[in-house]
Amino acid sequence: MNLKNFRFDVDAEGVALATWDMPDRSMNVITVGVMDDLDAIVDRVAGDAAIKGCVVTSGKDSFSGGADLTMLEGLGRELGKMSKTEGPEKAMKAFFDGSRRLSQIYRKLEKSGKPWAAAINGTCLGGAFELALACHYRVLADHDKARVGLPEIKIGLFPGAGGTQRVARLMPTGDALQMLFKGDQLRPRAAKSANLVHEIAPAGEVVAKAKAWIMGGGKGVAPWDMEGFKTPSGKVFSGAGMMIWPAANAIYRRETSDNYPAAKAILHAVYEGLQLPMDLALEVESRWFAKILRSKEAAAMIRSLFVSMGELNKGARRPANVPPSTLKKVGVLGAGFMGAGIAYVSALAGLEVVLIDRDQESADRGKAYSEKLMTGQIAKGRAKTADREALLARITATPDYAALAGCDLVVEAVFEDRAVKAEATKKAEAVIGKDAIFASNTSTLPISSLAEASRDATNFIGIHFFSPVEKMMLVEIIMGAKTGDRALAVALDFVRAIKKTPIVVNDTRGFYANRCVGNYIKEGHLMFMEGVPAAMIENAAKMAGMPVGPLSLTDEVAVDLAWKVLQATKKDLGPASVDPAQETLLDELVNKQGRLGRKNGKGFYDYPEKGQKSLWQGLAALQPKKLDPDALDVKELKDRLLFVQALEAARTMEEGVVTDPREADVGSILGFGFAPYSGGTLSFIDFMGAKAFVARADELEKTHGARFAAPKLLREMAEKGETFYGRFGAGAKKAA
Amino acid sequence: MADAFIYDAVRTPRGRGKPDGALHQVSTLGLATTALGAIRDRNRLDTKLVDDVVLGCVDPVGEAGGDIARAAALASGYGQTVPGIQINRFCASGLDAVNFASAQVMSGQQDMAIGGGVESMSRVGIGASGGAWPVDPAIAIPAYFMPQGVSADLIATKYGFSRDEVDAYAVESQKRAAAAWADGRFAKSVVPVRDPNGIVLLDRDEHMRPSTDMQSLASLKPSFTMMGEQGGFDAVAIQAHPDVERVIHVHHAGNSSGIVDGASAVLIGNKGAGEKAGLKPRARVRAFANIGSEPAMMLTGPVDVTKKVLARAGMSISDIDVFEVNEAFAAVVLRFMQAFDVDPAKVTPR
Repeated sequence: MNLKNFRFDVDAEGVALATWDMPDRSMNVITVGVMDDLDAIVDRVAGDAAIKGCVVTSGKDSFSGGADLTMLEGLGRELGKMSKTEGPEKAMKAFFDGSRRLSQIYRKLEKSGKPWAAAINGTCLGGAFELALACHYRVLADHDKARVGLPEIKIGLFPGAGGTQRVARLMPTGDALQMLFKGDQLRPRAAKSANLVHEIAPAGEVVAKAKAWIMGGGKGVAPWDMEGFKTPSGKVFSGAGMMIWPAANAIYRRETSDNYPAAKAILHAVYEGLQLPMDLALEVESRWFAKILRSKEAAAMIRSLFVSMGELNKGARRPANVPPSTLKKVGVLGAGFMGAGIAYVSALAGLEVVLIDRDQESADRGKAYSEKLMTGQIAKGRAKTADREALLARITATPDYAALAGCDLVVEAVFEDRAVKAEATKKAEAVIGKDAIFASNTSTLPISSLAEASRDATNFIGIHFFSPVEKMMLVEIIMGAKTGDRALAVALDFVRAIKKTPIVVNDTRGFYANRCVGNYIKEGHLMFMEGVPAAMIENAAKMAGMPVGPLSLTDEVAVDLAWKVLQATKKDLGPASVDPAQETLLDELVNKQGRLGRKNGKGFYDYPEKGQKSLWQGLAALQPKKLDPDALDVKELKDRLLFVQALEAARTMEEGVVTDPREADVGSILGFGFAPYSGGTLSFIDFMGAKAFVARADELEKTHGARFAAPKLLREMAEKGETFYGRFGAGAKKAA
Repeated sequence: MADAFIYDAVRTPRGRGKPDGALHQVSTLGLATTALGAIRDRNRLDTKLVDDVVLGCVDPVGEAGGDIARAAALASGYGQTVPGIQINRFCASGLDAVNFASAQVMSGQQDMAIGGGVESMSRVGIGASGGAWPVDPAIAIPAYFMPQGVSADLIATKYGFSRDEVDAYAVESQKRAAAAWADGRFAKSVVPVRDPNGIVLLDRDEHMRPSTDMQSLASLKPSFTMMGEQGGFDAVAIQAHPDVERVIHVHHAGNSSGIVDGASAVLIGNKGAGEKAGLKPRARVRAFANIGSEPAMMLTGPVDVTKKVLARAGMSISDIDVFEVNEAFAAVVLRFMQAFDVDPAKVTPR
């Protein structure tokens, strides 16, 4: 055997050890080469009478993270090519065969007649865990960081190498479906009690334990290949099955609004598979896998949530000419909700933090937020008391600007008022070093204008956090007209240190995220004024894949804030820049009804002290007219809510506010939860095709007005058959 | 087109569909033969005249399986030339069996047929025959499958029927049933079920609760809350009808239909067949219709199909004196009355 990714040894007792250890990689992943090697190893073990059985382990710290997603993307490209040369039917058959190769190798292993044991020395996920599941015995290292699981669903795929079938034969159907749906990663003890591994052992002993199982007479037959095997939940058509399946289908819809074909494919594969013997069950699973692998949702989610997010996290936008900065001390100006959150995430990353507010009491209150969050973590078992004390010790809360001395970066999060911000900037810059970077967390004021208060606009930048800071993973970095490369590099290094995902945008009113969100909220308000029932607006939004309905979101950010932003826009850009219907609605809610949102317990919703929020009964009276809900087209409501955002994203590209489609996509999903199945605002357009998108936008414009007008850029792309990634992506830049 | 006349109609009393119900000891076949036997005996019918026996049965498995209609015809001593067929259209099975029998007569292909239905819910059990609809993702998901109780709660929510209103309807329904029995209005249509010695096992509907009042109903907890919330079906309801903010669960055992055991049979024939058998027509089947309604809400079907059948028959709602609407759940009947704005006295009066 000429193995490139495994070491293969047979010991004196005839037990083989296949050690997965890929050269030039820190982590094992499943590639075509790995499949070739595994195939050969299985044949060797099966065919060599001197080999009793085989242990599979890894030569790395972890076992493996699963399949190489670029390999899966390659399969799709092949399909496209072959379709043209050989015809669609033949190409599809070849694609199907290629996409199930891994599953077939695993099945061959399982049926080789020899006992196989997986010695899982560390984290083992996805396709790698499916390899372990195909082995007849699994020993998992009992250490803190080891996780096993099938997280494929998180990027729009599902376990297609036997995972759905083996998990559904090891666990009760309800538990199996839940695990597959959620893509949970289990700790060793949980994996053992879920019946997914047979034994847990100290990391150094997993190979020995696996060998011992083989030497002890472990049988090379999977339970489901034994006569009389019964699945844990019995037959699908049984009393137990009737308790599981109707609810599973309903819960799928509840959790996905039927937007995630991979999750539905899990249901199909398990439902159909449990009624078949294993070989056919695996074949059916493969058929669904091939279908999902071809889905635009999988392609979009893999690209945005795995590839692009990974690239942005690794500093794709960082200027290469600036050496890495070593941030040690960070200043935060303003200890309000945002400032307190920024201080917390900074201290959590090990940075020394100076948290400033106008008096000691206010500064202390901001620091107390960190204490509260850490106490919560301790209660959940995620931190220890000592961690909290250490973190709090890193935060200096004071009204004294002098404490900022030595800060590498200062983040200003004071009141959204130019004068207040200018004063804070000047006071801080009087203390911090010349090279220190000054960042504003403003969400509304243009960075270039705020930079005027700075002694050095090249060191002035926007770092826009989302609320609540500790939960929201996106940070929007805003380049002022004069912001320099070093400021950008330091800002990106900071974001990387606090383990968030950055996007870099150019200066404009609302930057990127808030422009899209503003349109989303406004569309909800306009629907309401047209007479669409409030519940229907909210439900249509959620069915479109948004995490929170536009009315609910208004309440969260505060209705009076929406009113203020609208008034500011009107003042700056003229009365034509706002919609009178929206203005009427917000005026009524804020100024006549005193409904300010969640903060005063009444907005579009009522917020009782106990129990769920519910839409305010008085809402209907604010609608000038009412439409018959049964005559409304829900698809159109959903389209409107997504199109207003995607169109705005396209405009930011046209204006050069956002320059990289990866940032628009990742930013939209992390920043405001834009329908993740779409891959983000621009992938939404790309996968629909610019032509179809523009055609639909034209229809919407005709019915609902100019806010749906497609920008020139999109029309041009539609004409040329271009995509955002084709035109603006990394490849396009190199070509230009 | 031939006329389809109704010459006779009988049913057994309804036994509580539980192991403690009076008809639990009677097989499905026994229930069906009681109804078919009554048709034969009351009319001194030469059963050779019957061209077909159509029986509705929703869960035709086990003792109810394998074409219960033919078995029942034979066991009832009908001529061996009398065929039988079992059909299933869920709750409408028995009614549709009558329509099928009528259609055979109206088409001129048969002269006389029996339509009816049989179900021993206590012995066979609801859902015993399985079925793809609730479980196979390929249909359950796109068709918004929901248990009927949640559908009924959705109807109540969407069309604004409060808990008090559905309960009030239930009280009224119980009152009407009790009054009808007291008045002897079932004397000619309900036949007792007897044991092999002729001893009566049951001669009146067993599931009625004439003492029901608003107070006793108020103490009942909604039956479908957990199914709706934890089973995910409230979300299904909302996605099918996004104008609903949240489903309000109002139905419970006291305002939903009872689960019962029983059988029925309706003798249908053309004019000539009636004359040959020496029978007098009691009614004529004028029109019938079926419709698939929005599958999530499902139980608004009576509204949709009424519109369809009236259009077919060239009639209007005011031409109808009595409506019998399946009291599956109180909201179903309330929605029917709301949709057509008909006098409640005309709807399911017994």
